[in-house]
Amino acid sequence: MSKTDILRNDPTDPYAGERLKLSYFHERESALNLRDAWSSWNGFKFADYYYDVHYEYFCIRNTCGTYDICPMQKYLVEGEDALVMLNRMVTRDLRKLRDNRVTYVAWCTDSGRLIDDGTIFRLGEERYLLTCGSPCLAWLRKSAFGFDRVQITDATEDWAALSLQGPTSFAVLQRMGFGNVAALKPFDIGHYPFRDTTLMISRTGFTGDLGYELWVDPEHALPMWDALYSAGADFGIQPYGESATNMARLEAGFIMPYMEFNEALKTVNFEYDQTPFELDLGWLVDFKKPHFNGRSALLAHKQHGPKVILTKLNIEGNKPAEESILYGDKKCSQEIGYVTSAMWSPAVKANIALAMVNSEALSGDIWAEIYYQRELRHHHKVARCTVQDKPFWSPDRARATPPELV
Amino acid sequence: MTARDTIIIGGGHNGLVCATVLAKSGQKVTLVEANQALGGMAAECEFHPGFKTSLAQTLYAMPQSLISELDLCAHGLEISTESLPLVALSPSGAHQTVAARSLNGNKESDIKAYPQYAAMLSKFAGALAPFWERTMPRVGATGLSDLMTFGKLGLKLRMLGKQDMLEFLRVATLPMRDLLDEYFEDDVLKAALCWDALAGSQLAPRSPNQAVLTLLNRRSGKDGGQHAIPKDGMVGLIRALERAAIQAGVTIRTDCPVRSVQVAGDENGQRCTGVELANGEILYSERVVSSADPQTTFLKLVGAAHLEVEFTNRIRRLRTKGYVARVHLALSALPRFEGLDSPSGRLIIAPTMDTIEFAWDAAKYGELPDEPVMEVLIPSLHAPSIAPQGQHVLTANVMYVPHDLKSGWTPEKRDAFLAIIMDKLEAYAPGIRDLVLASELLTPADLAAQYHVTDGHWHHCEPAIDQLLMMRPTYEAAQYATPITGLYLCGAGCHPAGDVSGNPGRNAAKEILS
Repeated sequence: MSKTDILRNDPTDPYAGERLKLSYFHERESALNLRDAWSSWNGFKFADYYYDVHYEYFCIRNTCGTYDICPMQKYLVEGEDALVMLNRMVTRDLRKLRDNRVTYVAWCTDSGRLIDDGTIFRLGEERYLLTCGSPCLAWLRKSAFGFDRVQITDATEDWAALSLQGPTSFAVLQRMGFGNVAALKPFDIGHYPFRDTTLMISRTGFTGDLGYELWVDPEHALPMWDALYSAGADFGIQPYGESATNMARLEAGFIMPYMEFNEALKTVNFEYDQTPFELDLGWLVDFKKPHFNGRSALLAHKQHGPKVILTKLNIEGNKPAEESILYGDKKCSQEIGYVTSAMWSPAVKANIALAMVNSEALSGDIWAEIYYQRELRHHHKVARCTVQDKPFWSPDRARATPPELV
Repeated sequence: MTARDTIIIGGGHNGLVCATVLAKSGQKVTLVEANQALGGMAAECEFHPGFKTSLAQTLYAMPQSLISELDLCAHGLEISTESLPLVALSPSGAHQTVAARSLNGNKESDIKAYPQYAAMLSKFAGALAPFWERTMPRVGATGLSDLMTFGKLGLKLRMLGKQDMLEFLRVATLPMRDLLDEYFEDDVLKAALCWDALAGSQLAPRSPNQAVLTLLNRRSGKDGGQHAIPKDGMVGLIRALERAAIQAGVTIRTDCPVRSVQVAGDENGQRCTGVELANGEILYSERVVSSADPQTTFLKLVGAAHLEVEFTNRIRRLRTKGYVARVHLALSALPRFEGLDSPSGRLIIAPTMDTIEFAWDAAKYGELPDEPVMEVLIPSLHAPSIAPQGQHVLTANVMYVPHDLKSGWTPEKRDAFLAIIMDKLEAYAPGIRDLVLASELLTPADLAAQYHVTDGHWHHCEPAIDQLLMMRPTYEAAQYATPITGLYLCGAGCHPAGDVSGNPGRNAAKEILS
């Protein structure tokens, strides 16, 4: 019995089969979840927030926080054919990826619609770790048909993994005894002795800030947590949940499933899914590679140009433009798109949004019709939007190697 | 390195037809065949010294237009004008004979109904004929030629008149049992009339799907699909095709199996560059046309690494299991079938439609039928050269025989099954056992090995509605071109599917030349 299944296997519980799984860090997390604000992710009990969304958000930006990535899907792809199999599946050229490096990837259907995005860790010449937000085993197996020398393992529960993000994250790791992570550049992987095991640390994350992800065998989950929290006590360490993650990733300009994109294999309506070009991820599609799934369809998409494109917007005022429709004129007569995610960004001090905008309307005026309420009274306003090219939040410290010691 | 326009993989009739049409248009064509003899499933095999036959042995589906286009008669093809009747063998000895337009039946009502039935089939077969001889339109395509094809096909059906068009739409996917119950009463007759709709498929009388369409396709050949045996047997057709190919300038290499289709890739994508032979030799060509079945072509010769994931999985999911076994007997004399003047037709041993149904029920669960059903032919009556003088070849297409027998094929099981078949034959032709000089049973697995066809399916993959027309073998490869630039299909796995019609080969050539 997997430790994560503890609730599901209680013979005295008539609802045992319906219970959520528990993360390897659950014991510590539940003690800190003062608000009992739980939701779920891939069948795991998962915190929306622990104490206060904004407090957790400010920890990510000003000190550091931990985000549980045990529920994130992890697949080991191993064997002589692992590289060619994965390289045919994803749109980037993995032949350029070196050992102990991580790369951000996307994979598409034959018709070039985005199935999901994720990261691939090259752990060795014939050993790769693919991580992604949603279960992907069926697609991996389909993609592996015809490659005889490849083994695919769902390793989601073989690792206890924790994301440590924020400006003091390096200082915490150094205090913990891992000063050597100073040498890790963004997307590097290091392996460090911890107790009687090895801790894998990658300089990766989903906040657009300095940060690391810590990977250890499940038996060492709690000792690692305790060592981390003991080292982080002076550096403002705090667990954060889904809500603060969503704020940080929006500032960084990262896309989220069911916000910016609908996974192609789960999309019912025709072309209600997206191409990488529509998501402004054209840079992930490497046409120098002779073949990968969706290549010819993607080439046609590229040549025709996307009809809509995911755009970063700066919006006047301070009312978040959540679920707003966008117009080309202040009178709201000409609809040109819609907002996918929006928030008031405390770090940037701006009203920001990601939006799907008709490509030909990008050069003209963009107005958002914003609905908001004040003490139950509903109001709306039309606010001018300006297109922003760079991510809203992209501090130098996210890239500096060695990182500054805060 | 020879300058070459096209390599054809496979020297079956479709490969030969495609090669010849391309060569006649001026292309430099090399055809490579894995076996020593040309002809694919129509190739001649000598199963006992002096006794020869082929898997496909009657000609019915090939359109006259193709025979004329390739001038096959000038190249030595001689087809008897006498067609082979279908004979419904009855356990009681009261056999019935079905000819093109008349029935020598046992029941007055059946004799009256038959001409109406035959006329209905001819009318619909005529309306469908244009479907078989052209490339199917791409779904969603808005190009003029695709729209024209859609229009022409629709018009042809509409020209049947409203009543007939509605009737066509009603019967097109009907189970044969339902259709035959509407017209006929006699059980033995109905079972025999099923045969041409079911032979070679994964269908039984109660199965809805492509049975009626198969029947209509088979009746759209020369002379309304009447079966005839060329002089010297099917090898007569293959020799004529070979001569036509050679005269058109095709280079033919037999005993020359292909190991892989060569695919090169760069920043412009992938394209076909030739084939690698089993001996390691590379033949270069920017165009390769494969008459091998789709799974062999894509999964073995090209490889999934060069294909898209969903496309690969559609090819992998094709239904390819063959269910027809073949029995060959070398006979010291002509057997006498009780109640039959001469066993010169296609003799169907299937007493009722249920017998056929039960045989299929067993086979689909991996078992052998207790009572196999079969089509028996003595081709040496029509092509004397295939057996020593005075002696004969008897063949039987036995349905339904699973490719993967649940308990596995062993020599003992073969012998036991052959004994059951011999018992059946003995019941209709007493004394036949004493005439047997040699016998062999070829299971679908044997056919797969002998003819390099996945799972031994006569038609490469089941010609079911979902694997027919613009879905054959699957979308994105249904117009002979494939997702790999320069690689085409031209075998029975393409529209309009199996039998010795030559339509896939000719359609593919036309598509390449268009």
